[in-house]
Amino acid sequence: MSTANGKTNGRAMRGLFGRQPVAVRVLVMVLVAVAAYMLPYVGSIPLIGPQIITQGIDWPSALFNMSYYVLLALGLNVVVGYAGLLDLGYVGFFAVGAYCTALLTSPDSILKTEWAWLYSIPIALAITMVAGVLLGWPTLRLRGDYLAIVTLGFAEIIRIVATSTDILRGERGFSSIPHPPGEGTDGKPIFGVADATPYFWLGLTVIILVILGVRNLDRSRVGRSWLAIREDEEAAEIMGVRTFKYKLWAFAIGAFIGALGGTIWAGNQNFINSATFQLQFSILVLAGVVMGGSGNIAGAILGGALISYIPDRLRGIEAGGVDLYEYRFAIFGFAIILIMVLRPQGLIPSRRRAMELKDREKEVAPQ
Amino acid sequence: MRQVLARAIGGVAIIGLLAGSAACNKDTSSDTATGSNCGYKLAFFGALTGSAANLGVNISQGFELAINQYNEKKGSTCIEVAKFDSQGAAEVAPGVARSLVADKKIIGIVGPPFSGESEAAMPIFDEAGIPAVSPSATRVSLSSKGWKVFHRAVANDDAQGPAAAAYIKDTLKAEKVFVADDQSAYGAGLADVVKSKLGAAVVASDKTEGDGKQADFSALVQKVQSSGATALFYGGYYTNAGLIRKQLTSAGWKGVLLGGDGMKDPGLSKAAGNASAAGTIVTCPCSPPEAAGDEFNTAFKTKWGVPAGTYSDVAYDAANIFLQGIEAGNTTHEKLNEYLSTVNYKGIANTYKFTSTGELDPTLIKVWAFKFNEAGENVADQEIKIS
Amino acid sequence: MNFSGLIQDFGPLTIAGLTQGAIIALFALGYTLVYGVLRLINFAHSEVFLVGTYACLIVWGFFGLDQNSATPGMGAVIGYLLIGLVAAILISGVTALAVEVVAYRPLRRRNAPPLAFLITAIGASLFISEVVGVLTHRNQRGVPNLIRPTDVLVIGNMHITNLQILIIGLALVSMFALDQFINRSRLGRGIRAVAQNPDAAALMGVNKSRVIMLVFLVGGLMAGIAAVMYDLKIGVTRFDAGFILGIEAFTAAVLGGIGNLRGALLGGLLLGLVQVYAASLLGSEWLRAAAFIILVLILLFRPTGLLGESLGRARA
Repeated sequence: MSTANGKTNGRAMRGLFGRQPVAVRVLVMVLVAVAAYMLPYVGSIPLIGPQIITQGIDWPSALFNMSYYVLLALGLNVVVGYAGLLDLGYVGFFAVGAYCTALLTSPDSILKTEWAWLYSIPIALAITMVAGVLLGWPTLRLRGDYLAIVTLGFAEIIRIVATSTDILRGERGFSSIPHPPGEGTDGKPIFGVADATPYFWLGLTVIILVILGVRNLDRSRVGRSWLAIREDEEAAEIMGVRTFKYKLWAFAIGAFIGALGGTIWAGNQNFINSATFQLQFSILVLAGVVMGGSGNIAGAILGGALISYIPDRLRGIEAGGVDLYEYRFAIFGFAIILIMVLRPQGLIPSRRRAMELKDREKEVAPQ
Repeated sequence: MRQVLARAIGGVAIIGLLAGSAACNKDTSSDTATGSNCGYKLAFFGALTGSAANLGVNISQGFELAINQYNEKKGSTCIEVAKFDSQGAAEVAPGVARSLVADKKIIGIVGPPFSGESEAAMPIFDEAGIPAVSPSATRVSLSSKGWKVFHRAVANDDAQGPAAAAYIKDTLKAEKVFVADDQSAYGAGLADVVKSKLGAAVVASDKTEGDGKQADFSALVQKVQSSGATALFYGGYYTNAGLIRKQLTSAGWKGVLLGGDGMKDPGLSKAAGNASAAGTIVTCPCSPPEAAGDEFNTAFKTKWGVPAGTYSDVAYDAANIFLQGIEAGNTTHEKLNEYLSTVNYKGIANTYKFTSTGELDPTLIKVWAFKFNEAGENVADQEIKIS
Repeated sequence: MNFSGLIQDFGPLTIAGLTQGAIIALFALGYTLVYGVLRLINFAHSEVFLVGTYACLIVWGFFGLDQNSATPGMGAVIGYLLIGLVAAILISGVTALAVEVVAYRPLRRRNAPPLAFLITAIGASLFISEVVGVLTHRNQRGVPNLIRPTDVLVIGNMHITNLQILIIGLALVSMFALDQFINRSRLGRGIRAVAQNPDAAALMGVNKSRVIMLVFLVGGLMAGIAAVMYDLKIGVTRFDAGFILGIEAFTAAVLGGIGNLRGALLGGLLLGLVQVYAASLLGSEWLRAAAFIILVLILLFRPTGLLGESLGRARA
């Protein structure tokens, strides 16, 4: 049924880009990817370059920050955009991933394992996925906004546990977390402390892999089930979609991607403590996903990048004698309102969502 | 279709707006003065915005004053000031630190003020080899990380805790003490030392959430009251301490609140009210501002319009240590770092000499107790001698 | 686990928890009212409360009252309290309306998906709290000692002060008034009608736009009252005061059954109690965690909160 539907609606569902031949699409994608890898050097483009790069914060570091925000946005997009589950505590998974890495690798950890960064990743990912399932199991039966408050509570509990238990060291934190492996031709490690460019490339590579994975999932049976759940959970259930199972899947995959972000972040950061995992962080990522266009990969990427880029870019800009950086979140808040009011479907909406919105607009009740 | 177009234009307009606001950059290029040992930059690294900015601003003002005075004496902009805002946050620090390192003219750093951001930023400074002198990062473990460029112009938490305990025991003669902390690395570390030094005098203890995460302390207040304690030692910062003092007072508790240098800020009395804050004792591994001499205090007040704050004088000294080194021709990172290891500088707040790990020489450590008076100012009470 | 401490302090903790719970409950009403009618989480409500905490302080400042001034006489105190309440209610109400008009109405016109509302609300919340933060240099502001707490009633070691009685009393009176307003007045009937079925209500001649504005206004008024009580109890406010308590109030609303006025009262009081008991038993650092664990447990057994969602479904 769904395939037939897909064919008849196919042309309308696809945009200009989607109508191009496969070869053209692949070529464009490859070009975009190459351009993304060249981003650290954007500052050397005359005229435009210096306007793009950040002041006061190193440009490759700002790019790296963007890369893990994008990663988180992609993960949250699976939960919110695809499965339609409102998650206000997504940073919890990021924290679990980062803490697993820290526990396994840092000399400060009570485990005293001091593994290499790379070996800690599979364990961190596995534990975070389990955490996702453990959180989802009892709570996914809740609807909409109840789920939102429970996930928010989950993130707060993670933060409080991280702050208040001795094992997780609270604000004392874990230091000397090893960097990713690899040596350059000059014998120096590729992933040093002074240059963030390799970390950005690493982040970007992971992002590309995640995009490929998520895109395939979205087009599989799982993705279609998510769509059905998002549109009408009861109807989906009646039609034989095992809603609970697929919701749990969405949570686990979201947790997996969040943990990826957490481990890469910990590898760059060298030092982590409980002060980072604030509630505002989750809310910001959610704002990014919806602002960019929830349910659409390109939208999530743009949104994730913007929430990191806008505040960083406002550093070192003066207007009338005051540094705009002090006002960054006020400006940012205003930008969010503006974007949502002008484009409630997001900056780059999924075409399906945009069409739904058009339908909804027609249904507006008389005011 | 027209609507779609209008909306697309709207979207583009938003992005344009953001890009436009981004376009008006601060002009960073400026003429560099020539002269012997000139044309270098000294950097301040620490919080200038955000909730932790008070201490950062104190420090950056003292730092900038020293450099301005030096330049005036030279008659040109010999040494430039570069300021880097870390917001005092460990997750922000690395990116900002890397942008500092990228500026090859910077040969010395005053900062980072806080211990958490030091952990995240110092590895980067260490790799770049830029010497740093922190006027206020007191976490004990910082000096044992093997960073060659790390120095601090202040005693670490191991000095302050015993001093606070000695004050409670010898001066206050309190027999029942309640110890609480805000779970920050700084506050919890301090409270643990105080607890172990006071031993049986500690009747009960509690932990609170950090600054900005808790406003209602009624459970803590209740515990303090029913413990019968006559003194409360709080390991934490002035933000929470002001709230706690106010709520203790309005619950009718008459005991004394004590704390470390994190509470030495007029913000405490501003929040709690002068009458309620009066009598609060804070220890600080720093000298009273009067000791810095009128010259510094007047110059500071003239330049910034506010009296010198906690660690302004130490930052002033730290900058002057660097300036003296540069004046003597130590104009590379290596030479300047070498110079720091042998320096013996008598500043306004203290005399500075660093051990091989970058700690302040133990014989030079001073801890003073300060007391909030009825006007809401913290004034020097006495120097604490630890026997 | 400090059981003896909890048992010994049970009385005083209970009264402290009820006082805090009363403030949370009033604050929670704003979330519950908006949710009941519009089915959306009004994230910006925390900032409606925040401006209230500043409004009364600024007005008291006009009379030369600051954190250092001495407690005025009895008559003056009542006057100041009323003025402060009026200021906070006005400013909070106006802010709530402004949020509605700027952030929600354009989206409602286009029947945007619920997530879009949530995000503009987050934007509005960020904007207001950051503007307050920048204007106040993120410093705390102390509250004048308008009421010097004195014991009115002493039962064992439980000292009930005049301030606690004032806060709990004022909260109950406001709640009762609101309950009567929603259930008995013409405007209240409109609110209930829109909550039950917006389209049908519109067809029956209820002005939906006006009802929605009314809901925001009423939520704002309650937040204003809560803000003054918060100032008096906590003694200090800061740009992020709304955010911290907002999360608690929202939790309370969900706990009692979001959309349900009496649920907000029950949820608020329960949350206040759970937090002080947990702080006494486990230590103050666990207070928030305990609140969330209780919430999850209750939702597992009663998925729509203790009293269920019922603003619309209340008897006509």
